[in-house]
Amino acid sequence: MHASVRPAVSVNIPPTATGAANRETSAALSMRMTISKVNFFYATKQVLFDINLGIAVNKVTALIGPSGCGKSTLLRTLNRMHETVRNARLEGEILLDGQDILAQDVTALRRRVGMVFQRPNPFPKSIFDNVAYGLRINGSKVPLAEAVEKSLRHAALWDEVKDHLHKSAYELSGGQQQRLCIARALAVEPEVLLLDEPCSALDPISTAKIEELLVQLKDLCTIVTVTHNMQQAARISDFTAFLLIGQLIEFSPTPQLFTTPADPRTEAYITGRFG
Amino acid sequence: MNSHLRWRKFVSGFMLTMTGVCAFVAVSVLFFILGYLVFHGGTSVSWNFFTKLPAPVGESGGGMANAIVGSAKLLLLASLIGVPVGFFGAIYLAEFSGGTTAFVIRYAADLLNGVPSIVIGIFAYGLLVLPFKHFSTVAGGFALGLMMIPVTLRSTEEFLRGVPRALREAAMALGASKWKTVATVIVPAAYRGILTAVLLAFARVAGETAPLLFTAFGNRFWSLGWDQPTASLPVMIFTYAIAPYEDWHRQAWAAGLVLLGLILVINIIARSILSRGIAVPRT
Repeated sequence: MHASVRPAVSVNIPPTATGAANRETSAALSMRMTISKVNFFYATKQVLFDINLGIAVNKVTALIGPSGCGKSTLLRTLNRMHETVRNARLEGEILLDGQDILAQDVTALRRRVGMVFQRPNPFPKSIFDNVAYGLRINGSKVPLAEAVEKSLRHAALWDEVKDHLHKSAYELSGGQQQRLCIARALAVEPEVLLLDEPCSALDPISTAKIEELLVQLKDLCTIVTVTHNMQQAARISDFTAFLLIGQLIEFSPTPQLFTTPADPRTEAYITGRFG
Repeated sequence: MNSHLRWRKFVSGFMLTMTGVCAFVAVSVLFFILGYLVFHGGTSVSWNFFTKLPAPVGESGGGMANAIVGSAKLLLLASLIGVPVGFFGAIYLAEFSGGTTAFVIRYAADLLNGVPSIVIGIFAYGLLVLPFKHFSTVAGGFALGLMMIPVTLRSTEEFLRGVPRALREAAMALGASKWKTVATVIVPAAYRGILTAVLLAFARVAGETAPLLFTAFGNRFWSLGWDQPTASLPVMIFTYAIAPYEDWHRQAWAAGLVLLGLILVINIIARSILSRGIAVPRT
């Protein structure tokens, strides 16, 4: 698939709809995060090219694109998880509430920008301890039991687990585990929640629950989700960014991107001609 | 076609039998040794064996109480040296070092693991026996401790590395520092494996004889404190087995049985501890 796509895309993309969408959205909305001129390298291989993107407060922003387009990498730069990879290098500026995240203490940043991963990854601890983990390591003074209940309620998991909070997290189903991971991330009350294909390892019913949950959660925090499922992006997001081999091709309000895409490559992708 | 199918069934059946037989042989060796020990030494394992000092030459009876306590002291000392060094070394190796440093440490540990135990004994002899001009529990424990280090280190490292990357990322994404991640997620997730590694190292040095011959030496009486020569089960087995007395031979068998029994008991206790807590499921 890729072989047919690669030659068709030039490296120097004119700032077509991208800039316009950015300006349009930033005029109407306040931005939680601003990504400017981000280039990203694994050793000498460049995987992101001059990305400019605004993440609107209390909205769901979806990053879509074919495998290997850099959408997960872009997501991971937002809480500097890319730094766990050797030889990864980031150029450019990423602001959180107007402050450069690269200049901040990384552990403090990650408390403000939480993350949920592709596969559910609960700790080998009880359900309660999983949710309480972030509060405990941060030396939080809030009463644990209340905070855990609140987070589990937010993650729509409370009713299912309230009677066995001290059982192993691995006794939950995959979908429940993923909601537990969401609860765990929410417990430290992050301003932004990043989700890296949170439903790709789940069945359709669990997926539907998580999608519903994300839409509710945007009142609580700003959400950025990576997905290769375009229907999912269309269902849950307010803004969608389409990436192709490391370039941001188009960034628009979701209905607009899916109904009247400005770039022919976006149209080709969303109509299923590749990817 | 039919003959080919028959041939395939024959090969399959043959291989299955082979693997089964080999598995059976592997297990039966243990039971054979155990049975042999019980047969020869079972009659000599009595209350006296655990409570009495060795009888003077020529008299029958007596026990190995001093050797049992001596072995316990040596192994305690060895664990105090080998387990912390191996454990924390493994954490550094698995989590904080990389490239050349890790390669050098790993290689050195493997070499240390391959050093003959008698050479370790000579080293401890030169370091802790010669300068003080007498054999001691400390020297013996030190020699055994050195032998525990590489085994604990390398296997603990493997178990730490085996902790899924997803768990590390989950902790770090919640704002845990590297140390917090190691202490609160990685070590707890790997602790069963680590404990197994420590047990294996422990069981291995529990039966070591060569490094004790000229460090802890031996003693027919109680060894008080830590700076006196001490008896130990493996050295007692060695001494008694090569002696020309029928009664001593039986006691040597009994000592072997007791040594094996003690290791077995420690193993069972540790495994019952292991079965508690939450394990990371295999994927």
